[in-house]
Amino acid sequence: MTFIAKPKLHHPTLPQNALCFTRRDYEGKISTLCAGCGHDSISAAIIQACWELNVEPHRLAKLSGIGCSSKTPDYFLGQSHGFNTVHGRMPSVLTGANLANRELLYLGVSGDGDSASIGIGQFVHAIRRGVNMTYIVENNGVYGLTKGQFSATADQGSTSKRGVVNADSPIDLIGLALQLGATYVGRGFSGDKAQLVPLIKGAIAHRGAAFLDVISPCVAFNNHAGSTKSYEYVRAHNEAVNRLDVIPEREEIAVDYPAGSTIEVEQHDGSRLRLHKLAADYDPRDRIAAMNHVQQRQARGEVVTGLLYVDAQAEDLHTHLNTVATPFNRLGAAELSPGSAVLAKINAGFR
Amino acid sequence: MVSVPVVAPVVAPLSACNDFVIKFANVNGSGSASANELFAKSILRMGVPVSPRNIFPSNIQGLPTWYEVRVNEQGWLGRRGGVDLMVAMNPQTWDADLKEIEPGGYLLYDSTKPLPRSKFRDDIQLLGVPLTDICAQNYTVARERQLFKNIMYIGALSVLLEIEPGVIETLLGEQYRGKEKLLDANRKAFHLGRDHVLQHMAHPLGLRVQRADNVGEKIFLDGNTAAALGCVYGGATVCAWYPITPSSSLAEAFQKYCMKYRVDPASGANRFAIVQAEDEIASIGMVVGAGWNGARAFTTTSGPGISLMNEFIGLAYFAEIPVTIIDVQRGGPSTGMPTRTQQSDVLACAYASHGDTKHVLLLPQDPTECFEFSAAALDLADRLQTPVFVLTDLDIGMNQRLCEPLQWDDARVYDRGKVMTAEELEAGRDFGRYKDVDGDGIPYRTYPGTHPSKGAYFTRGTSRDPYARYSERGPDYVYNMQRLLHKFDTARSLVPAPVLRAAARPTRHGAIFYGSTSPAMAEAMTLLERDGLLLDTLRLRAFPFPDSVREFIAAHDVVYVVEQNRDGQLRSLLINEFDLDPARVPAVLHYDGTPITARFIAGAIAERVGAAGSGR
Repeated sequence: MTFIAKPKLHHPTLPQNALCFTRRDYEGKISTLCAGCGHDSISAAIIQACWELNVEPHRLAKLSGIGCSSKTPDYFLGQSHGFNTVHGRMPSVLTGANLANRELLYLGVSGDGDSASIGIGQFVHAIRRGVNMTYIVENNGVYGLTKGQFSATADQGSTSKRGVVNADSPIDLIGLALQLGATYVGRGFSGDKAQLVPLIKGAIAHRGAAFLDVISPCVAFNNHAGSTKSYEYVRAHNEAVNRLDVIPEREEIAVDYPAGSTIEVEQHDGSRLRLHKLAADYDPRDRIAAMNHVQQRQARGEVVTGLLYVDAQAEDLHTHLNTVATPFNRLGAAELSPGSAVLAKINAGFR
Repeated sequence: MVSVPVVAPVVAPLSACNDFVIKFANVNGSGSASANELFAKSILRMGVPVSPRNIFPSNIQGLPTWYEVRVNEQGWLGRRGGVDLMVAMNPQTWDADLKEIEPGGYLLYDSTKPLPRSKFRDDIQLLGVPLTDICAQNYTVARERQLFKNIMYIGALSVLLEIEPGVIETLLGEQYRGKEKLLDANRKAFHLGRDHVLQHMAHPLGLRVQRADNVGEKIFLDGNTAAALGCVYGGATVCAWYPITPSSSLAEAFQKYCMKYRVDPASGANRFAIVQAEDEIASIGMVVGAGWNGARAFTTTSGPGISLMNEFIGLAYFAEIPVTIIDVQRGGPSTGMPTRTQQSDVLACAYASHGDTKHVLLLPQDPTECFEFSAAALDLADRLQTPVFVLTDLDIGMNQRLCEPLQWDDARVYDRGKVMTAEELEAGRDFGRYKDVDGDGIPYRTYPGTHPSKGAYFTRGTSRDPYARYSERGPDYVYNMQRLLHKFDTARSLVPAPVLRAAARPTRHGAIFYGSTSPAMAEAMTLLERDGLLLDTLRLRAFPFPDSVREFIAAHDVVYVVEQNRDGQLRSLLINEFDLDPARVPAVLHYDGTPITARFIAGAIAERVGAAGSGR
């Protein structure tokens, strides 16, 4: 509940982006999550990414399901329309919204309970349809809003705050997304904003189903020894495969890396993804190799992060459905009704 | 004990012109459907109204299926009950099929293999045609031997019933245009059937078809096709659905007509998007998302789908999002009778979802109204910013029905409801997403992306204040719930009005009915009037009920509520909404999965009136 009004004052020298917006213009209401919650860091990263990308806030629609993560769209992009839907069903609502107006950007925010348990069916199908969206799972391995039950992404053998050991196998959303045909797949950590912001920027610039699994520790219920989703554990086991720079169209490349140490990918909007290799043999353009790499490291208890896979020239649902360029919500009877003369012909066929 | 041989009473063969019921008993997947439809259409083309009904199993091949055709010059299109001529092509159902024949009726059967006398009845006329034998002599391919039996019995019937052969030849020509080989083969089978009867059997029967002029401009189509056309004309651009009998053909028809009439000629791109979702929850979710974002969207389903959609229906009600749901009802509960008809989702739709909810229902009586109400639902959903249900059923949806031609006014503009524009926001117009500005309970909305700094709001299923700000304050919640109720009251004057049919003289008896009960009800009225029982009737076309419904009930001592479910669901709705004394609205219920008949309604009402000892 937002009882506290957020002050509107801000420092006069805050930098502005190309649209003359400061980062404050991308903020939302004051967060009601716990102090130190990883989700708030992700919200900050979303704000930063949208500010850097010069996104017009009202041209982005933010959708979510139910849970702590799904509350966050109220805490960023206050000038965007938001839709806090029902538990686990954000993907279908986002799909419908995307069909209605292909011109907006769509950001889906979900949690591990929302996407890996109640909503796994919708997660799976939205990914395989190639809905043009950025789908972020704020993954803390626990049900926070209902006070600490394991979620389906909790690792086998990890313990709850009360010491209960999780016996079930975890659902690996990255593995699923890769297998189901997501065309931009990355994993980030809420505690590493420098890595996360470019991952979000690349996802927003991507056309197609972009999926980000962001490990986001729950300070209230899953930040203890024995958890594999705690700040401490993720910091100790984070194995980034690359560092990403998102370079907008026509912008000069500022930093030079030694030859052979980077991979550059141009996305369909003209932006370039420049990946500085951290794992020498890792090529994020190879889906099967990516699956292999992630699985092997995960088996060792490592948390693989970075841009894991990208198909920069992917198609999206609108391409598959061959829809017109004009958003459906702007079409009227003149474009949609075949008219009475056609109906007279149709009637004649029924005699 | 010595048994005394019973001599069957001699029953005179039935005799009727343009007024009889013929039923085809077939095996599913044997290719009978198109032959049977050809039969029905040939009579229509002779200017005589028919009403065919498919009675089919949940099966692709092998189980019994029936096609019942009522021929009625006066235009009664409901099921009459009873069968005058049975075409018994299915040994599995032979005994039951024979029992259905009226005394004096006719049995057409395949006489290739002799059957014992005990397999027949003495009080019916036997019409044996050696179909298998004729086929074996004329065709070599096994599939053809099976398939052409169907056209052959149509040929036989055309002679027996005096259907003009030219009409059938024309229909065959239309059906197989450009497929000359198929046309010739069908024509040959048709004449083989005709020739056999002409050479070996007495003809015509007592039952006959005679050319008339009672069809006029009417058209012959099924409700699912009509509803799909209503969605095309009504401007639906997004259809999300999950296959379920008996609604699947609606989505498929939408696809077919969109491919034909909704492709941008310049770009070749589609002005529609159809998604076969992973389940009904996703279907409705997509419709909610599209509606929220300002596109006209619908889903089509049946009872089990409605059950799955419940949570989303509540969200759309509370967050006020336009949604159109076409429910082609079937026999419930659970999987129930998936290929049989019922009106048993009335309450599940009227009060769908948890918490206090009420939803708009439209109740079409035939394909013409399926077209009109589907288009109207899209307007109403936008106007009222709420889910709107079109409740049709399998009987209307999947059977071809003779009905008025579909009409569209080219001057019609879609009612997009209260949508605040960027200009209005820029001009400083106050925007409270959940604020009742006009006193009708309907707030204004904005489409996402409208204005850079005004009009954005956070849509949610949680309680909020009039400016869409999260609130758990009691007064905010109550204001909102009362406004929703007020909005529902506004809907009363926007939905299709009931249709009153007054009896020839004033009467204290009334009846209320809706949907597919309509043709049987109209006929039952004349049956009852013939017996001196007068009824005023009111055909309901929507929920919420306009005040005229309350007035109608108040103006009569007893109002029978006729419907096709076990529990009298619409009756419960009437009692609940109008706080009625249940004794004043006795239920007349038919729910065995077959469409209700005039004989049933007339009998049930006559019995009640008789039991009450009054009314004549």
